[in-house]
Amino acid sequence: MYSLPDGFFQRIIYILQHFGGSLLRGAGLTLLVAFVGTVIGCIIGFICGVAKTIPIEKNDTVFKKIMLRIVWIIIDVYVEVFRGTPMMVQAMFIYYGSLLVLGIDMPMMFAAFFIVSINTGAYMAETVRGGILSIDEGQTESAKAIGMTHGQTMFNIILPQALRNIMPQIGNNLIINIKDTCVLSCISVVELFFASKSIAGTYFTYFETFTVTMVIYLIMTVFFSKLLRFIENRMDGPENYDLATTDTLAHTSGMYNYPDKKEHKK
Amino acid sequence: MSEIIKVQGLSKVFGQHTVLKDIDLSINSGEVTCIIGASGSGKSTLLRCINLLEDPTGGQILFHGQDILTGKLNIPTYRSKVGMVFQSFNLFNNLNVLDNCMVGQIKVLKRDREAAKAQALKYLDKVGMTPFINAKPRQLSGGQKQRVAIAREIAMDPEVLLFDEPTSALDPQMVGEVLTVMRNLASEGFTMAVVTHEMAFARDVSNKVAFMSDGVICEEGTPAEIFTNPHQPQTREFLARFMNS
Repeated sequence: MYSLPDGFFQRIIYILQHFGGSLLRGAGLTLLVAFVGTVIGCIIGFICGVAKTIPIEKNDTVFKKIMLRIVWIIIDVYVEVFRGTPMMVQAMFIYYGSLLVLGIDMPMMFAAFFIVSINTGAYMAETVRGGILSIDEGQTESAKAIGMTHGQTMFNIILPQALRNIMPQIGNNLIINIKDTCVLSCISVVELFFASKSIAGTYFTYFETFTVTMVIYLIMTVFFSKLLRFIENRMDGPENYDLATTDTLAHTSGMYNYPDKKEHKK
Repeated sequence: MSEIIKVQGLSKVFGQHTVLKDIDLSINSGEVTCIIGASGSGKSTLLRCINLLEDPTGGQILFHGQDILTGKLNIPTYRSKVGMVFQSFNLFNNLNVLDNCMVGQIKVLKRDREAAKAQALKYLDKVGMTPFINAKPRQLSGGQKQRVAIAREIAMDPEVLLFDEPTSALDPQMVGEVLTVMRNLASEGFTMAVVTHEMAFARDVSNKVAFMSDGVICEEGTPAEIFTNPHQPQTREFLARFMNS
């Protein structure tokens, strides 16, 4: 065994020197699971949210009406179950359940991605539905009025606007996932919390180790919240626009972006 | 004059409330039909029924003699031939001006990008919005938005253009710029049905004026008949109030 130095900061430096690698690997795994889980969760959420906002028209066939209702019930049950139970319990239930009942020995990483994805998907389904409902009815009406089908309206007009509106919530989910992957330690996924607990347990340096862990979590979450804000700003596009004219008078009549401005910036 | 759209015995009921009662109206090729009347008289509902944004409760809407309410006709295809301009503009907020005028042509009419762009630019020029093709809707004034909305509709080469109070959300100056565009379209022979409170426009531009009151077409005739010699007391009362204000 190594000898542990005295003093809080010396111990932190000691931990970083000897266990920095395993903390970083844990942090990397946390990010990987959180990121993949959020992306797949968003895809699930978009599919569910879009399915739940398909309108039933008067002229639809009975088959379509019944199928749609069945799909809606399945989505509702899915959302209630996975939003209404703790992720930690779901992890135990799915990981050990699949092994004992179904005889499937899930690879650890698959289980991690799976659990985080379906959990995020359950939240995102409602978020996407809300995002779609938040778009002014006039957008749908004018898209229909030029002859778009419901699908074309959804993908070309409504979803791009809904996506922009729910970006803050997607960011929320990513950050929640970065933190909440720590519950996967209960099925022995060696993410940041599991790695920290092992290190802390070796020397009984709980306070020092978890100080480091706190900082690592905070760096990750702050980084991603800034990144998402940056992406949101990019989605909004520039404040000004270029006038597509060679008429110089137009530029002086109170309109935007005199071309010279761009030259100055370069 | 050939009939493009013929509305027969159309009715619309919202719950207990009857909004349209037994409406007959025809929209003829190359003509401008104005529908006037007090707010709440059912003018907009009639227009929205013609474009199937509202489901009529009864009656028929014949498009070149074919009833569109039977469910046999492809509704998106029908709508692509009947353009609609809204009071609240409803430009697609996620797209710039040029894309607003192209998306319908590409997705609905399956035109290729180049053809769609040429068509969009042609009509944006007609409404005087060419310099603004890169702007997003939120960067435009109300009058500019409405002119883009008109260009978006006519770029689809519709057979009829429906205008649902196109100037009601605009200030007087912007009303002028939009009405100028609409007058030009009328003089070029576009078939238009216009719900409006702009009496001067209805009097000068339209071939036919229908006055609606309480969900029925109370009186219908040429602008001269309606504005100088109205027969129905409701029409007289409505126009007197409008002309005095």
